[in-house]
Amino acid sequence: MSESGPILSGREIGFLAGGRRLVAEASLELTGGTTTILIGPNGAGKSTLLKLLTGEIKPAGGRIEIAGEPLETVPAWRLACQRSVMAQHARLAFPFSVYEVAQLGVDGIGRALTRQRREAVVAEALAAAGVLDLAGRRYQTLSGGEQQRVQFARVLCQLEAGRSVAERQVLFLDEPIASLDLCHQLALLDMARSIAARGVAVLIVLHDLNLAVTYADHLVVMDRGRIIAQGPPAQTLDDALLHQVFRVDLSLSRAPAPGLPFLLPQQHRGRPTA
Amino acid sequence: MTLAAPAPAMAANALATLAAGRRRVGLVAVVGLALACLLLAIVAIGQGAIAIPPGRVAEILMAKLTGDASLLDGRDVLVVLNIRLPRVLLGLLVGAGLAVSGALMQGLFRNPLADPGLVGVSSGAALAAAATIVLGDRFMAGTMMKLPFAALPLGAFCGGLGATLALYLIATRGGRTSVATMLLAGVALGALSGALTGLLAFISDDRQLRDLTFWSLGSLGGASWTKLSAVAPIVLPLLLLMPLLARGLNGLMLGEAEAYHLGIPVQRIKALAILLVALAVGASVASAGLIGFVGIVVPHLIRLSVGPDHRLLLPLSALGGAMLLVGADIVARLIVAPAELPIGIVTATIGAPFFLWLLLRRTSLIDV
Repeated sequence: MSESGPILSGREIGFLAGGRRLVAEASLELTGGTTTILIGPNGAGKSTLLKLLTGEIKPAGGRIEIAGEPLETVPAWRLACQRSVMAQHARLAFPFSVYEVAQLGVDGIGRALTRQRREAVVAEALAAAGVLDLAGRRYQTLSGGEQQRVQFARVLCQLEAGRSVAERQVLFLDEPIASLDLCHQLALLDMARSIAARGVAVLIVLHDLNLAVTYADHLVVMDRGRIIAQGPPAQTLDDALLHQVFRVDLSLSRAPAPGLPFLLPQQHRGRPTA
Repeated sequence: MTLAAPAPAMAANALATLAAGRRRVGLVAVVGLALACLLLAIVAIGQGAIAIPPGRVAEILMAKLTGDASLLDGRDVLVVLNIRLPRVLLGLLVGAGLAVSGALMQGLFRNPLADPGLVGVSSGAALAAAATIVLGDRFMAGTMMKLPFAALPLGAFCGGLGATLALYLIATRGGRTSVATMLLAGVALGALSGALTGLLAFISDDRQLRDLTFWSLGSLGGASWTKLSAVAPIVLPLLLLMPLLARGLNGLMLGEAEAYHLGIPVQRIKALAILLVALAVGASVASAGLIGFVGIVVPHLIRLSVGPDHRLLLPLSALGGAMLLVGADIVARLIVAPAELPIGIVTATIGAPFFLWLLLRRTSLIDV
């Protein structure tokens, strides 16, 4: 197992459902310390690719390896130490408290930790996600954005508990900021980047292109099941690609300070540009 | 977590207090309910045609346990040890089994209304039992033999297991069990079993019909040490194995995919829970007939009072279910004494309105 190579790699992976090719010949590598952001229009296959990479569904073809091992041979509990997943729309069947939901992250894989350590992990994760003051509340009484932050706290718990078992970890976030206000969007993405800085490979599915180019080390663009471009954001996006993928006219500029691409929608209903 | 800003000391302390408080509540609830259950059992043993004071019941039980033969004399000893004790023990086991089965099914289906009665397990067991009562006599008639005592329990048990396996096979595609399909298939299977049971009632004679009716209303009346020795080996493993399922069921509350992400062996948890429910429901339907509402009301009450964490919910449901059934049996025996009411009537008349009241009062628990 090479320590420098990618933590997770997928080669030529594909997935079929109901005769439709949802993901085709997708190859990508997730490297420790890198924030990879996956963008693409609705139905491009982003969530399906994420499910394939997390092991939730089995690919119809291709190979996925995590830390040098074929993904399908890794038992569920060890996989849970190696990767944490924040999925879209987590709904809860019973009135668990916020504390109990976050605790689920350490309950499964944190059995080797002492009770004090487990409680500390939960407290730190709740604080990091900014929901410590909600700890005693019922999850179902929270707003959508607050629920999303509680799920993030749960994922942080799992990541921390898994760290004692697995050195090399992957963090998957599927549209983690969909119901957050701007302040919490930036806070969560900052947090994701600082987790990456610790050596974790981070993969985020995002819809906001400006945030994607701001936060990505590596940008992956998907359309109709295929990865059609990937690389550093500044070199990956251009007008033609954006028009082809998102089917809107965008004006691509350069933001003043870091020289990152900056996108403005053009000629859409409402306010025509001069 | 190195990256996280250290939790504000005050909030972290409050959190530790919260966690410690919850552990204490759990411990108090388990110990308290266990003691209450023991007291109720002793009172229940004393009730009946020959009333025996609780002190004397405790004395007889202690003497039996310590092997002190000097106190074991008199008619009340026989009544306690041979009639009342097996009945109360059967009530405790069946009640615990039904309530835990309900809690397991609700966790498995992520639905607070799921219950063995709802998904057709009880109906399957009932159909097989009805078939044993009605058809067993016909096939046995030629041989001039009486239906063996064990035929009915065995039939009910096989029916429950058969219904559960059918459900599981219908709902499982490529190694994954779809809970929604299983719930719907359960409703269909329940309706089919009900129709076939009705058909059996239609072709049965008067005596069989009375047997069928009485049995379908549930009763602890036929309790004996023999019957108990058939039920205990099935319900006790359920009670002993349920802690293994608690963590997994907690994870399943987030959904199957999330539970898998958390490292929970989802498919194994589901298979074990389904097997245990089939065994416990089969055993209780076989020994006590159809007794409804224990599996819905008890876990619901526990969730309202101590929360939905299965590590507490499962043991507390076992104790609560045991108490509810033994309590209902006291009512069934006393309310029309010297005759006795079928216990299913008691649990349904208490349970159904109570459950409706809960629904009206706390819609938030159901509407998720």
